[in-house]
Amino acid sequence: MRLIKAPVRLIKKVGGWFDERLQLATPIRETMQHPVPRQTASWAYVFGSAALTVFALQLVTGILLALIYVPSAGEAWSSLQVLNHQVALGWFIRALHGWGSNFMVAIVLIHMVQVFLFGAYKFPRELTWVVGILLLLLTLGMAFTGQVLRFDQDAYWGLGIGASISSRIPVLGPWIVNLLLGGPIIAGATLSRFFALHVFVIPGSLIAFVGLHLLLVLKLGINEWPMPGRIVRRATYVKEYHELTRKDGIPFVPGAVAKDLFFSGFIVLCIVACAVHFGPFGPSGQPDPTIIQTAPRPDYFFLWLYAVLSLLPPSMETPALLIGPMIALGVLLALPFFSGEGEKSWRRRPIAVLTILLVAVALGTFTHLAGNAPWSPVMDAWSGDPIPAPYLKARTALERQGALVFQAKQCHNCHALGGVGGQRGPELDRIAVELTQDQLIRQVIQGGGNMPAYGKNLSPAETTALVAFLETLHPAGQAPAQDASRVGQLGAR
Amino acid sequence: MSLPDGLSRRAMLMKLGILFNAAVGAILAVPIVSYILSPVIRQRRPGYESWLKLGGLDQFPAGQTRLAVYRNPVVNPTDGETANIPCWVRNVDGQKFQVFAINCAHLGCPVRWFPQSGLFMCPCHGGAYYSDGSRASGPPERGLFEYRYKLEQGNLFIDAGQMPTTGAPTAGLTNIDAGRPGCA
Repeated sequence: MRLIKAPVRLIKKVGGWFDERLQLATPIRETMQHPVPRQTASWAYVFGSAALTVFALQLVTGILLALIYVPSAGEAWSSLQVLNHQVALGWFIRALHGWGSNFMVAIVLIHMVQVFLFGAYKFPRELTWVVGILLLLLTLGMAFTGQVLRFDQDAYWGLGIGASISSRIPVLGPWIVNLLLGGPIIAGATLSRFFALHVFVIPGSLIAFVGLHLLLVLKLGINEWPMPGRIVRRATYVKEYHELTRKDGIPFVPGAVAKDLFFSGFIVLCIVACAVHFGPFGPSGQPDPTIIQTAPRPDYFFLWLYAVLSLLPPSMETPALLIGPMIALGVLLALPFFSGEGEKSWRRRPIAVLTILLVAVALGTFTHLAGNAPWSPVMDAWSGDPIPAPYLKARTALERQGALVFQAKQCHNCHALGGVGGQRGPELDRIAVELTQDQLIRQVIQGGGNMPAYGKNLSPAETTALVAFLETLHPAGQAPAQDASRVGQLGAR
Repeated sequence: MSLPDGLSRRAMLMKLGILFNAAVGAILAVPIVSYILSPVIRQRRPGYESWLKLGGLDQFPAGQTRLAVYRNPVVNPTDGETANIPCWVRNVDGQKFQVFAINCAHLGCPVRWFPQSGLFMCPCHGGAYYSDGSRASGPPERGLFEYRYKLEQGNLFIDAGQMPTTGAPTAGLTNIDAGRPGCA
């Protein structure tokens, strides 16, 4: 016993010496033991602390990566190769950081949904919500700048897309492009400034605003579990809340913190598992602009944007890109000021629930679409995807020649046959049923409906052969479409 | 000792001190802001663009479209491969040329030339252009960006140096759709 007692006494003595000077023990103890409503010790309340934990993991792994990473356009890509292949467990730290970033964005979004559905943004927690929106923007900023630091082909052309979007800002656009890129092109200065943003500016702001966010949570108290019918009123809310924590409160530590601890640990374990199983993200090809055989794709959390950019009608694109985010941000920031009072429970806020569902379904659909990007031509389908054999069996020489034209003129890049090939244009398995011979010829030569005109690039013989092949594309037992007037005239068939 | 309007000597000194620091801050802000804005200031004078040699005319056979690469004129030691910029050179008929930027006029992805179908296709959002650079289909609202060119002593030169974007096609580039109503 004496063996244990002696060190404990020593620790207490040293601790006492420090606290005599720092005087922090009492405020820390009071903070940890501040009363929270009993029902908030719930699995629904664990996402904020989990986001904080993942942020801490990102800070640590980020610093570890900075030990090796070289923020130079000429060397960044090679330094990632060194991390992946030469530094012991460098791949693992990269994987942790990459998966940590995915989890961080996901958890921040879930946290936001929970806060929204539980009405936590209402009086008096408006500022907490506003700071939270800033934290969301900063988190997305980290995700984008982080993708740039993985200086590969996707990062290079992703920067080009960012520059092209910013260039559309009226009047200031060209200057903003130069400021963003740090010069006339995507090059060394570009990477250096994104490094400064990703490593100093945004994390610094994140730390400051996370601190403010936490301070607000402590000052105002955690949002109580929303009860249908319990209405928030500015005049009485604070008094009612204190009544609640006094009557039915538990100390945050150890009362409510256990679930936070378990969930945070679980999330870190998930990140470790993903890192071990899936490994690090990229880098993909070298950031050499002269290698143009590339199909740049954004990281997971910007895939929906990639889909939106492909699907918007051209004339709506610039307004949607420039005004859309402003409106979304405005609505988010204004939310607590427009509905700062009233019902908190999601059971009595059907529009709030529907909004979340709508946004989730929209983002999910766009992300899913971006997974196979049907709007992009499959650049190598003409040379890589053969026409399925049944489409060539028992065909005349002319029709087979047409099949050759179909491949050689890259029709396959945009049109699928038997489920193989591009999806930019319609699948052609039934085209003969839908268009008559004359309509096929006109469509091929003049284009239209988002199809280029091929008149200049097809000889009459090639067009004849191609259309002959296209006319064979109809289900068995279903006759190809015919021009009624012509059938009448000829009286044939 | 207090001044007539009730302003004490200490309060006066504090205000003077704040004013002094504001002045120092302003003096410091000028070089800092200029430093941050240097990419913009530099663009306005002397400019980023200059005439660059793409190579001898024998590299660009008549009637064909070939990829050419130039080293960007404004270059830093750390730029590495990123300063090598590709572009598409179309020799129309042996006399007339067209030099297109590699960047899609939609959002800047690299367009690829398919001689068989005579189209430039973009891998990102599905833009397509005809051989003369005019828009064929997809999200781009205009044709490809085209560099100004000149022929000197059997060499092809272009006026380039800046990444072209929709909002800033840059001085050295012409909008090839302008004055060409009804594309091919």
